[in-house]
Amino acid sequence: MCTYQTETIALRASGKTREGWTAMTSATVYFDHPVHFPSGHALMIDVRNADRGPSARVALEMDAESAKALARAILATLETVPDDLQRDSIPAGDARLSVASMMGGGLS
Amino acid sequence: MTHNLRADTITMSGHEGDEIEAYLAVPTDVETCGSIVVIHHLPGYDEATKEIARKFAANGFAALMPNLYHREAPGAEPDDAAALARSQGGVPDERLVGDVAGAMATLKALPISNGKVASIGYCSGGRQSLLAGCRLPLDAVIDCYGAFTVVDSPAESPLRATAIVGEVGGLTGPVLGLFGADDQYPSPEQNETLASALREAGKEFDFRTYEGAGHAFFNTDRPSFRPESAVEAWAVIFDFLRRTVG
Repeated sequence: MCTYQTETIALRASGKTREGWTAMTSATVYFDHPVHFPSGHALMIDVRNADRGPSARVALEMDAESAKALARAILATLETVPDDLQRDSIPAGDARLSVASMMGGGLS
Repeated sequence: MTHNLRADTITMSGHEGDEIEAYLAVPTDVETCGSIVVIHHLPGYDEATKEIARKFAANGFAALMPNLYHREAPGAEPDDAAALARSQGGVPDERLVGDVAGAMATLKALPISNGKVASIGYCSGGRQSLLAGCRLPLDAVIDCYGAFTVVDSPAESPLRATAIVGEVGGLTGPVLGLFGADDQYPSPEQNETLASALREAGKEFDFRTYEGAGHAFFNTDRPSFRPESAVEAWAVIFDFLRRTVG
């Protein structure tokens, strides 16, 4: 426990929780003791919607190499997608989060 | 000793009179006993820490664990509550101290109480146990690998934990520190800094550092568990409690 290194970003997403699909509004990334993953420390990701209570959460725990591979896979996938298609993932009339700001991890 | 006990979820009065959830485990095979406030780790008010509370009761001490995340997430599962609390910056020190004070009062009001109360905490709770001991009239304090007692948490972290080494003059009871030699949070060097401060302040303390153990060596359900160190450290804990609050 206790590196206390934590990154928090705003995002717009949907996540499937135990109650089904719901909108997600933030993600917290940290390296700490996992709840379930069988190692002393893990890269942890909590994707949450604070307005919908503590259970509106999708959690991931993984080893550092897996986390790096996942991050690379996300970026590699996006690099192959034309800009206009990426913009297509942003609903019309709601440009609060631009693709660039999502990559950078903040609200635009 | 029969190890008989009773354990229940109760409501207790915490910081500023807030009603919060807590887990109470009391021995049922003794007429009077000392007590201990159990401060859960950052992952929350979980089954593993409830088991620790029951272990104290089975060994003759009333134990009470406040749910430090009850306000943020009443009724939530421990990991969901911990995630929410973490995203909001953790538990403020002032509120922690208020909750421990409430737990002390609850324990002292038990008919079985001998009036003496210790505290113990694990991981982030280790620091919080020491913090409570610096600010409250606890009869004994146990710090199990609490980080950020002599240095602040990273400035960029939303989880704030400031060093409390400057407050050790407020301790009213002896301190037992249990650490892993392979741990870096806290590191053996940091533990030595804390020991020096306690020595300088004229406080009674006993620090044990276990070789081959790292952080969270008590956690029986995690790979960090080190049975040999944990068994030895549990014996040290019960000897310490019998001497200070037993």
